[in-house]
Amino acid sequence: MSALRLALVGAPNSGKSTLFNGLTGGTAKVANYSGVTVETRSGIFSTAAGDDIELIDLPGIYGINARSTDERIAVDMISGRLPGVAAPDAILVLIDAATLRTHLHTVLQMKAFGRPMIVVLNMIDLAERDGLELDVAKLEAALGVPVVTARATRAPGRAALMERLAEEAPKWARNDSDAPLTIPELDLKALQTDARRIAREATLHEPAANKFTRTVDNVVLNPFAGPLILAAILFLMFQAVFTWATPYMDGIEWLAAWLGETVAAIMPDGLMQSLIVDGIIAGVGSVIVFLPQIVILFTFILLLEASGYMTRAAFLMDELMLRVGLNGRAFIPLLSSFACAIPGIMSARTIENERDRLTTILVAPLMTCSARLPVYTLMIAAFIPNETVWGFIGLQGLVMFGLYIAGVVSAVIVAFVLKRTVTRGAAQSLIMELPTYKMPNARDFFLGLWMRVAAFLKRAGTVIFAVSVILWVLTTFPLGAEGLRQTIAGRIGSILEPVLAPIGFNLEIAIALIPGLAAREVAVGALGTVYAVQGAEENTEGLAAVLQSAWSLPTALAFLAWYVFAPQCLATLAAARRETNSWAWTGFMFVYLFVLAWLAAGATYHIARFAGL
Amino acid sequence: MGMTLEELARGQIARVIGFRSEDSGLEPKLREIGFAEDDEVEIVHFGPLMARPVCVRLNRTLIALRRNEAAAIEVSIG
Repeated sequence: MSALRLALVGAPNSGKSTLFNGLTGGTAKVANYSGVTVETRSGIFSTAAGDDIELIDLPGIYGINARSTDERIAVDMISGRLPGVAAPDAILVLIDAATLRTHLHTVLQMKAFGRPMIVVLNMIDLAERDGLELDVAKLEAALGVPVVTARATRAPGRAALMERLAEEAPKWARNDSDAPLTIPELDLKALQTDARRIAREATLHEPAANKFTRTVDNVVLNPFAGPLILAAILFLMFQAVFTWATPYMDGIEWLAAWLGETVAAIMPDGLMQSLIVDGIIAGVGSVIVFLPQIVILFTFILLLEASGYMTRAAFLMDELMLRVGLNGRAFIPLLSSFACAIPGIMSARTIENERDRLTTILVAPLMTCSARLPVYTLMIAAFIPNETVWGFIGLQGLVMFGLYIAGVVSAVIVAFVLKRTVTRGAAQSLIMELPTYKMPNARDFFLGLWMRVAAFLKRAGTVIFAVSVILWVLTTFPLGAEGLRQTIAGRIGSILEPVLAPIGFNLEIAIALIPGLAAREVAVGALGTVYAVQGAEENTEGLAAVLQSAWSLPTALAFLAWYVFAPQCLATLAAARRETNSWAWTGFMFVYLFVLAWLAAGATYHIARFAGL
Repeated sequence: MGMTLEELARGQIARVIGFRSEDSGLEPKLREIGFAEDDEVEIVHFGPLMARPVCVRLNRTLIALRRNEAAAIEVSIG
């Protein structure tokens, strides 16, 4: 028999992910529904009575008045409006116990659907520590639905809920009908009055707001100290990505090189050996190298989110973002885009205003994603002298920083122009809850990190694996080709050459840019392959030396400038297509990035030549 | 006539008495996140750069709003 379907509903920060991970053990499956941009997690667990329950995690909502795309998905799911998906059999409403009075109306709104329900007052331990006293029995009687308290982070804290689910689940009827539920017409004011009365009657003692949060906010949200602290956190984050990751990256490079040499020693010389060593190990290895940087970046982002700081950052950045034409909420997607534009583009869903969301998606690829790091690292190692300027700042680090800033500044300019032209629209609202500060939960953190690492490894194992093989074929065949130009890759590259020659790019670059379409970082491996440097991917210094003699400095600088915009990343374009649901906007994104990349590279090349570099 | 949340000084505690806005979509949004009649509100922080966003305490929760949104909430002091 199929599992009963239980929708997990609650405000953002009510601890939905924690409860979800706790109940399902983190064995989530991400479900995609055709035709809509939906991605919800669901996982199955069993009650003591033996009923299987499929828990469906939904984006945070306060009620049924959906504002953002995210919220619409949640309301559509609950009411059975997603194509081919029946309405869930029951609804679990999760409320942060500490904010019962403010959020109780969510329960009344969900009740209006007339489905079986269970209400969970989460983080009861924190609320009680603050001094909140609730009469749960009274609340249950007033609401007319089961109410339990919980501490979702720990199994004993979920015991009461599990017990109650075992009692309630047999009473739920399976809903196989595709007919959507009617979305009730609600008088919000009357509903709130009811909710306030019920909450007041069920509250024995209500303390003042959380003191710790207030004390921290006095510093963190201070108009002067706040922005400085934010800048310091961001600085620390990027510093960590660049320096802490180095030993691990060196280790992975060493491992890939060792693996390549070992395989080369065992296997007989020939095509097969070349495919595995030059194609697969070198190609995939050159990408796996970034795993440490991705882990560090996501560690910061996940901890900032879980602790409650991220919304504060959005609050602090709101004015600045407004002046550019974005929304404070866009700060989080854009920060994620430094790791990878894809999660950034997806998290733009929390932005309520469609025009703001579109602008955010369009500029997200301008944030320097981690895939561009290897390209920057290689070019800087090869062409920028390791000198100190102004006594203490490394020139190489300064150039790297400059490239990041170039990306951010371009994003600001592009957003500014877009908001005044194609994505012009009415002013949007902020209205965002700032959660109390919390100690991040270890299980949630590691599960979240694993999800992202797994996605990255999957990409390395599939797309990048395939591209490595294809590139190897293109640069190896036809056998006996004399020189690069005669290979298949060379012939394809020659077609692009006339477009790229004016900006100082040679045939080898043209060839390297094509596989870079699949993933930007592949360009490094591709350059290695086309310059036929054995093992260049594992040993950047080898390739760097070759590039030094093969390229002029203006060409190298132009290549760096190109990569600030680098339009080529199929996965990003696919994500943009999915999220904007529009080929036109996706095409627009590609074209504008391409034009900017071309202009920036060209300008850099000619200015550098003119300057006599 | 009455005051709005936007006009409060920092730390001045008031009660919500109603909503008024030319944008008819604003009231449901404010109600949805939790603002209601008789709720206790207080501006706890102003954003940097003489900013439009303000941080408001609503009962025991904190909500970030823009000034124009705060101006849609009518309050009375004391």
